[in-house]
Amino acid sequence: MSAGAPRSLASSGQKSIQDICHPLSAEESALNPGSAADTGLILPNGTPVDTSSPASSSSLLNRLQLDDDLDGETRDLFVTVEDPKKHVSTMETYITYRVCTKTTRTEFDLPEYSVRRRYQDFDWLRNKLEESQPTHLIPPLPEKFVMKGVVDRFSEEFVETRRKALDKFLKRVADHPVLSFNEHFNAFLSAKDLNKRQGLALLTKMGESVKYVTGGYKLRARPAEFAAMGDYLDLFTQKMGTIDRIAQRIIKEQSEFLMELREYGPVYSSWSSFEEDLHDPLEGVSGCVSNCSSALEELTEDMSEDFLPVLREYVLYIESMKVPSDVEKCQDRVECFNADLKADWDRWENNKRQDFRQLLTGMANKNIQHYEKCLAAWESLVPLLQDKQEAEGETS
Amino acid sequence: ATLQSTILKERAEIFDTDFQMSADANHQNIQEREREGGRMVEKGTSLLKKMEISVAEAEKRTGKNAVNMQETYTVYLIEMRPVDAASEGTNPVPDSLWRRYSEFELLRNYLLVTYPFLVVPPLPEKRAEFVWHKLSADNMDPDFVERRRVGLENFLLRVASHPDLSTDKIFYSFLTEENGWKETVFETGFQAKADSRLKALNATFRVKNPDKRFAEMKHYGDELQSVISQLLRVRARAADRLYGVYKVHGNYGRVFSEWSAIEKEMGDGLQSAGHHMDAYAASVDDILEEEEHYADQMKEYLFYADALRAVCRKHELTQYELEMAAQDLTSKKQQREELATGTIRTFSLKGVTSKLFGQETPEQREAKLKMLETQIEEGEELVKERNAECEEFVKSAWVDIERFKEQKDHDLREALISYAIMQISMCKKGIQVWNNAKECFSKM
Repeated sequence: MSAGAPRSLASSGQKSIQDICHPLSAEESALNPGSAADTGLILPNGTPVDTSSPASSSSLLNRLQLDDDLDGETRDLFVTVEDPKKHVSTMETYITYRVCTKTTRTEFDLPEYSVRRRYQDFDWLRNKLEESQPTHLIPPLPEKFVMKGVVDRFSEEFVETRRKALDKFLKRVADHPVLSFNEHFNAFLSAKDLNKRQGLALLTKMGESVKYVTGGYKLRARPAEFAAMGDYLDLFTQKMGTIDRIAQRIIKEQSEFLMELREYGPVYSSWSSFEEDLHDPLEGVSGCVSNCSSALEELTEDMSEDFLPVLREYVLYIESMKVPSDVEKCQDRVECFNADLKADWDRWENNKRQDFRQLLTGMANKNIQHYEKCLAAWESLVPLLQDKQEAEGETS
Repeated sequence: ATLQSTILKERAEIFDTDFQMSADANHQNIQEREREGGRMVEKGTSLLKKMEISVAEAEKRTGKNAVNMQETYTVYLIEMRPVDAASEGTNPVPDSLWRRYSEFELLRNYLLVTYPFLVVPPLPEKRAEFVWHKLSADNMDPDFVERRRVGLENFLLRVASHPDLSTDKIFYSFLTEENGWKETVFETGFQAKADSRLKALNATFRVKNPDKRFAEMKHYGDELQSVISQLLRVRARAADRLYGVYKVHGNYGRVFSEWSAIEKEMGDGLQSAGHHMDAYAASVDDILEEEEHYADQMKEYLFYADALRAVCRKHELTQYELEMAAQDLTSKKQQREELATGTIRTFSLKGVTSKLFGQETPEQREAKLKMLETQIEEGEELVKERNAECEEFVKSAWVDIERFKEQKDHDLREALISYAIMQISMCKKGIQVWNNAKECFSKM
């Protein structure tokens, strides 16, 4: 899946400066359509095999493909978050995650690292990144999933959802051409013990003063362009909200349909109990309805557990981009901020496009899989019924 | 001659020289079965060999009813086409007449009373039941009228393909004589019989030695009725839910369209995907319409179950009347014995009063004995008659029940097959739509 030779800088001759990509912005993706099923395997009925196993893939958060335009060879830093474990001490109970790194970058002493980090550490990292890279959009952390008292912080589901989100966070940072070289990120990935008071003094001082400025400038520096971005984000958020509501409504209707199906199947079974010739056909129908019920249940669960969280996470991401601030500026920094922000914006746009392509394709796949399961059940019943029929015809 | 065989022979009279309808011939042709529209229609009857029957149209009419009030009702066009004409290539105007639902009911009631030992085919429902929200429960609703038209045609074909019912004169004139048919039916005097039968059936009576087979059949009828009712109820609720699932997807169509307006590269893919979501939402109407047809097939057997139970109940009545006659005879015989021997074994008011007021004179006793003898003679005749009736009933009923069983097994199996095929079609459509949407998404 190669994009060919990286695009060289466009000349500024015919285009305005605004249309030219920032040298650090993501290149146009040349992904094949149907990237969700890139094994090339095809089922007899013509649909491609989705390699994702139910356990991992249904999670689109896991398979986020950022910057797929770079082929595997130019990617030199791979990060994953895995293996959550509970730690119980006298003071507290908490969860740690294993953060695994594989890299060929010279900035790292070793090619591989494996460290354990807890949520606090991720939070620290994010704050450090915001301080030290004020001109860039920092990906959000999944903090808002926690509602203490309502959600069990140690339940498998919650921990898994959080793990996926943390994994996504690190991957976004790792794929960012500037953020990934940040020394705090390096420390996060490699240090045995994160001494969180550690930090380059210089940057900290500057960070303090810059912090207040960046908030406003993320969307205020160049009014026209960034106002447009702000408007877009508002509308986009609105649409996401609508889609969320629709998805929830569908899940609700499907659940209610499922309830009826669970009563419907057994009716055929109880009918078969006082029939002779019709016993097998009726049992067969009952079985099919039961299979369809299970398939529907899976579809509803998948949509609930995978589709909705990803959608919502996007809305959070956007909120993190719209930090309001009224603090005034250092005018001479504006141009520098703008270029970085524009570059990040373009990256964000591209990632968004890929993410949603994947999300929606995933939704389509789930529905296709659901119908395929039902189809298989009914198709296997028909010859059974028709065989008996022929036999019956012969004896009469 | 027993009542039943008389009835059968009467009805099988050749009343039209063009037709040689014989119930026996029809029974021989029972083996000839063709599948028409999933229903087993015994094409073997002489009637159907000659004529093609259909209920072609429905029309609204207004007129004055029995209490001289204006009313709107629907009439149905019954057409009879000679079978040969179709094959000859000529297309003569069919014989046709208009009938309303109440006339069909009258015909059926007549058949029920006249052939109590037959499982008489049911009419489509009088009022819409087991409806899911979008389906109208209104009798004037065009969809309901259409489904009723199909149901009435089905009824006529069922009767026309029954070896015994197809030979009935009243049935034939129902199909051929528009005016005066009602009078003809009432002239048969079936109404009076219907009333007395109804009264007897509604009374509670207990049979001393119930026929095991009929008791089992009645129980089967009860269970069948119960389970199909449940099936139809749950199906209607499920249809409601399924409708909701599909229709909400239409909202995706709208939001994708709105969303595409604010996107650049993603716009086209989203927009076209939205169209597929709209198509998906719209597809549920056809799906549920087809399912309604399946529901109608089930309904027919729901009502057939009732017809089956009716036969069993009527048999019970016949047996009860036999038992009553036998009981009466026994008691009369006992009275005669007591009178003859002078012993009183049974308690009777006569016995007590004669003890109190003195015995009867020999002349009185003679007179009484003679009366009893006559009554006993008559009683024995009655018992013989009723016994033969019962036997005939059992014989004829059981033949028809066997025929019904086979028909039911065949038709319901066919219905289940077509239901499965419907589900397959629905799944395939779903896969196609989502594949189309997926393609659009992949182009985002």
